[in-house]
Amino acid sequence: MADALLAIDRLTKRFGGVLASDAVSLTLPSGELHALIGPNGAGKTTLIGQLTGEITPDLGRIGFAGCDVTALPVYRRSQIGLARSFQIASLFPEFSALDNAALAVQAHAGHSFRFWRDARSEPELRVPAREALRRVGLGERADVRVTDFSHGERRQLEIAMALATRPRLLLLDEPMAGMGPEESLRLVDTLRQLKGGVTILLVEHDMDAVFALADRISVLVYGRIIASGDPAAIRADARVREAYLGERDEAAHG
Amino acid sequence: MNDRRQLTPRFAVNAALLAVLALVPVYAAIAGNPFVMILFTRILIMAMAALSLNLIMGFGGMVSFGHAAYLGIGGYAVGILAKEGIGSGLVQWPAAIAASALYALAVGVLSLRTRGVYFIMITLAFAQMIYYVASGLDRYGGDDGLTIYHRSTFGGVLDLNNTTVFYYLCFALLLASIYLVWRIVNSRFGLVIQGVRSNERRMRAIGFPTLRYKLVCFVMAGAMCGLAGALLANHTNFISPAMMHWTRSGDLIVMAVLGGMPAMFGPLIGATTLLLLEQVLSRLTDYPDLVLGPALLLVAIYLHGGIDGLFAGARRG
Repeated sequence: MADALLAIDRLTKRFGGVLASDAVSLTLPSGELHALIGPNGAGKTTLIGQLTGEITPDLGRIGFAGCDVTALPVYRRSQIGLARSFQIASLFPEFSALDNAALAVQAHAGHSFRFWRDARSEPELRVPAREALRRVGLGERADVRVTDFSHGERRQLEIAMALATRPRLLLLDEPMAGMGPEESLRLVDTLRQLKGGVTILLVEHDMDAVFALADRISVLVYGRIIASGDPAAIRADARVREAYLGERDEAAHG
Repeated sequence: MNDRRQLTPRFAVNAALLAVLALVPVYAAIAGNPFVMILFTRILIMAMAALSLNLIMGFGGMVSFGHAAYLGIGGYAVGILAKEGIGSGLVQWPAAIAASALYALAVGVLSLRTRGVYFIMITLAFAQMIYYVASGLDRYGGDDGLTIYHRSTFGGVLDLNNTTVFYYLCFALLLASIYLVWRIVNSRFGLVIQGVRSNERRMRAIGFPTLRYKLVCFVMAGAMCGLAGALLANHTNFISPAMMHWTRSGDLIVMAVLGGMPAMFGPLIGATTLLLLEQVLSRLTDYPDLVLGPALLLVAIYLHGGIDGLFAGARRG
């Protein structure tokens, strides 16, 4: 596949006796919103961790934009356009939201061995940061410190920071987790607007969101992808119904 | 974070402290009290050392428990050169800065991959090593230390033997250092350093190679403390391994924490408070630590922003 942005090839990761990734292969064409679903403990976050570089796979290969990135360190992957949001919001709590997003911009605006000029007065950093906040609906909250943010706002900021790095691929690890229904709807709306412009791998338990947004869906069970296809095909797939959708209510609350 | 200059209680306290420090030589001259000059010159120098520690510990979250090593290295650079007949400050002081920076580079490369208690232990171990190296330098006094007979010379422009000149030189260098740190921590580099303190994992995830920034910060702090060491050696006319004993490193941490950690004037407030308290208490009692200890405990428990936090109003917790 020539125009695949992300090509995961037989990625394998074992933790002791548990196969967290069992020869996972997955290909994302540019512009696709691909959802990865599966019960708790299926190995979704482990897969994300290997894609961002925090976890080293035992076997297999990760291709990104035509390059083998399997051995690249975390910060290098971010620099070539791979961004993630964390399942548990991972921010800079004592900074303002704008500072958070501006740091993400700064990480991609050359080196930071600049010791003199006040970084908070640089439009080159602040303007794109404000734009990223606006895109997730936090435009009005730019100057508020993250310690004063609600859970939902932190999740939105997570995505704004990933966006501020101007990624080609966005890895979203359960962005709706713990959100109220209203916040979830707003986030679905945000993601719909992002869709097409940036390639997205969405790990999510919220089935309404997944089926509303995804171009394609892959189902991960016990570290293995058991099905991959468009939403209609996944909905109809017998193995998926048995392995996953049947316990949908438990998973949604788990 | 937001050290915006406004007429706040914090600003008033800082301004008052600077005014008092600026007038110390005047008071000493009027009162005919040379001891005040000795004490306050020491306060300025230790404040500079604590400021450099604040850069890595308060802003960067790197708790170094071996920071007095730089005081020693800076001091020994001056003492050794003086003993070998090189008296010019234009050689001695850059040598003090360069030697401290090099040492910081070596320690930083080996320690900055670790965090928390491991980082503390490694910095402490290195400082102890330097301490014993200094004790073994028989030519330079070994355990007993070395008297410096001539303060650094600056081609007749500055006479450091004049206590007033030396005091104002230390004061000027301290103010310059505070300004430098203030510029640094608000620059792109400084925001990276503060981001690392806050959440290093996230910093890597958004694309920062964090280690190299931490290392450069660590070296800058070492260089600044090395200059403080050069000043200290000139101040006491004496160097000895005791300058870098681990308890001295502890004192620097206490000054930084007591003053209020990420605050710009915190180290100066902390150094002033601690050294003055030590003086006063040692006159009142034979056991000043019995009072100092519990006082520090109370600050650590109840005053998270240190003394500076008292005047800063609502600020980071």
